[in-house]
Amino acid sequence: MNDAALTAEPDALIQLAGITKTYGHGQAAFQALRGVDLSIRQGEFVAIMGPSGSGKSTAMNILGCLDTPTSGAYLFNGVHVESMSRDQRALLRRNHLGFVFQGFNLLARTSAQENVELPLLYRGESAAARHEMGMAALRSVGLEAWAHHTSSELSGGQQQRVAIARAIVTNPKVLLADEPTGNLDSKRGHEIMELLVSMNRDHGITILMVTHEPDIAAYAKRVVHFVDGQIAHDRQNGEAA
Amino acid sequence: MGWTILLLALREIRRNLMRSFLTVLGIVIGVAAVVTMVTLGNGATQSVSDQISSLGSNLLMLRPGQRMGPGSGSLGAPSFKAEDAEAIRVQVSSLKAVAPTVNRTTVVVVGTKNWATSITGSNSDYFTAGNWTLEDGRLFNATEERAGKAVCIIGATVRKELFEAHSPVGDTMRIKQFSCEVIGVLAAKGQSAMGRDQDDTVVMPLRTVQRRLTGKQDVNTILISMQDGASSEQVINQISLLMRERRKLSDNEDDNFSVQDTKEIAKTLSGAIGTMTALLGAVAAVSLLVGGIGIMNIMLVSVTERTREIGIRLAIGALEKEVLMQFLTEAVVLSAFGGLVGLLLAAIACYGLSIVLSLPFLFSPSINLLAFGFSAAIGVIFGYVPARRAAQLDPIEALRHE
Ligand SMILES: Nc1ncnc2c1ncn2[C@@H]1O[C@H](COP(=O)(O)OP(=O)(O)O)[C@@H](O)[C@H]1O
Ligand SMILES: [Mg+2]
Repeated sequence: MNDAALTAEPDALIQLAGITKTYGHGQAAFQALRGVDLSIRQGEFVAIMGPSGSGKSTAMNILGCLDTPTSGAYLFNGVHVESMSRDQRALLRRNHLGFVFQGFNLLARTSAQENVELPLLYRGESAAARHEMGMAALRSVGLEAWAHHTSSELSGGQQQRVAIARAIVTNPKVLLADEPTGNLDSKRGHEIMELLVSMNRDHGITILMVTHEPDIAAYAKRVVHFVDGQIAHDRQNGEAA
Repeated sequence: MGWTILLLALREIRRNLMRSFLTVLGIVIGVAAVVTMVTLGNGATQSVSDQISSLGSNLLMLRPGQRMGPGSGSLGAPSFKAEDAEAIRVQVSSLKAVAPTVNRTTVVVVGTKNWATSITGSNSDYFTAGNWTLEDGRLFNATEERAGKAVCIIGATVRKELFEAHSPVGDTMRIKQFSCEVIGVLAAKGQSAMGRDQDDTVVMPLRTVQRRLTGKQDVNTILISMQDGASSEQVINQISLLMRERRKLSDNEDDNFSVQDTKEIAKTLSGAIGTMTALLGAVAAVSLLVGGIGIMNIMLVSVTERTREIGIRLAIGALEKEVLMQFLTEAVVLSAFGGLVGLLLAAIACYGLSIVLSLPFLFSPSINLLAFGFSAAIGVIFGYVPARRAAQLDPIEALRHE
């Protein structure tokens, strides 16, 4: 659509131009995104805020290559994603993206260690490499001692930390988190945020996070506000509102 | 990728042992049923042909009356006499032995023990025709046959029931009013095709039984053993012509006797058992198919149950074909494992039943291989639909699934 916007910015990791998303057809059609332009550089920590139904999750799914836009262009690391096949997007997720969900989404009856090693299995890493990288990731979220516990034996905060370990175990470029603290009390929520901040600071992982809580968004360096499927404002934290 | 997928599949199976067990139950039962049916059927066929051949090779049985179907017994048809047997011996060619027989069930007493057994009157040809071998003592001589002496040859069961470990030859048994000297003991033959104990028998000269037990000159069955290589068709023809002549049947009258060829009986019996086996095998094969549908059903349920898990795998970057292969591998591993357990069960069942039914245990590699291959194939066929459904799930929808 808006090809002019795609004169790639050299230091942008992610570039959205004129992204729209329509659910359903004909009478029932609903436009969840109505032309979103967004550019994110390597190493940023971006919070996406906005009222319920404003299209935050829809945008995250497209950013996470789980879904494709109805129109518009999406460049990831300079490569067009919107025209990729299902398998190409799966490989892109496997190699460059990590996901953290509101509901943790760990495999049931599976140890923390096996959960964390799962993405490495799909990448075809050897058992030894899986073990080493998995334990390193668990160590970085402070759960080395819980490696053999299954998710039902872990608290919510611990489960979310295992999920973060699983998301970063492959050293992804981008970590996408849709309301990662939504199911946690505020103390655990802040612990998770400290963890994300350190991931961003120490490992240089780009983080995109959806939240509707201002004190959670405050951990990010940049806040993007969605209203009615469009970006209402986009500012660095610390700038005047 | 292959090992990874196998690892993933095995983990899933281990994680849900109960579900996995229920999934394969149908296959286990199906395979066990098919293999047991076919193995026992083969054993039964083998056993029948063994027993028929133990009856005597090239054996014909001449009986009064027509044996066409139920109700058409020997009623009304005149019995044979010893002279009929003699006529056959003299006039029909290519024969080895002709034994007129008469039977009576009577209690036999030795000392304080008594035993009800089947007494057969015949001549020494009887042992040739019936493939009997003598274990101890001797057969009748011509004088004893002619004079109707009270001498008898006993089967292994009678010996076991009435005599101690020492040789019974020379001892006497009481049969009704007379006593009878044991002159020989027969080697054991085991059960007949109909399940009768062939060794539960006492054989005496024909004339002795006719005079002292039946009181009639009648003969029940004439056993005729042909020489090797003789055409049973020709021999039967000769016997039939001779009997029609001796019984004065006119051209428009039917035979009032029948000649049966044990080979034909064996063929008919084995054929019937073969048909039974095929039928039972087919029923069992249907149960195997039902087992396959069971696998599909439970795998489909499991795809729904595991939708969120599939969503996680897809989000993490699993390819469609990896998810497909994982589910397919789960189905195949399960059904192949079920097949193996089924084979094991069948082996145990066949072993036990072959003892209970006293059939030979004929292990057939081909039916075992076939059943195993079939169960694995069922995994592929019935695992495919659920696997494809899992692989084609939309990751976002799947993750949202409760
Ligand atoms: N799969 C879908 N089908 C139809 N409508 C959808 C679907 N997903 C989201 N929507 C609609 O799109 C709008 C934006 O949804 P979403 O992106 O989930 O909002 P947010 O995450 O900001 O609350 C909502 O009105 C929602 O009802
Ligand atoms: Mg949302």
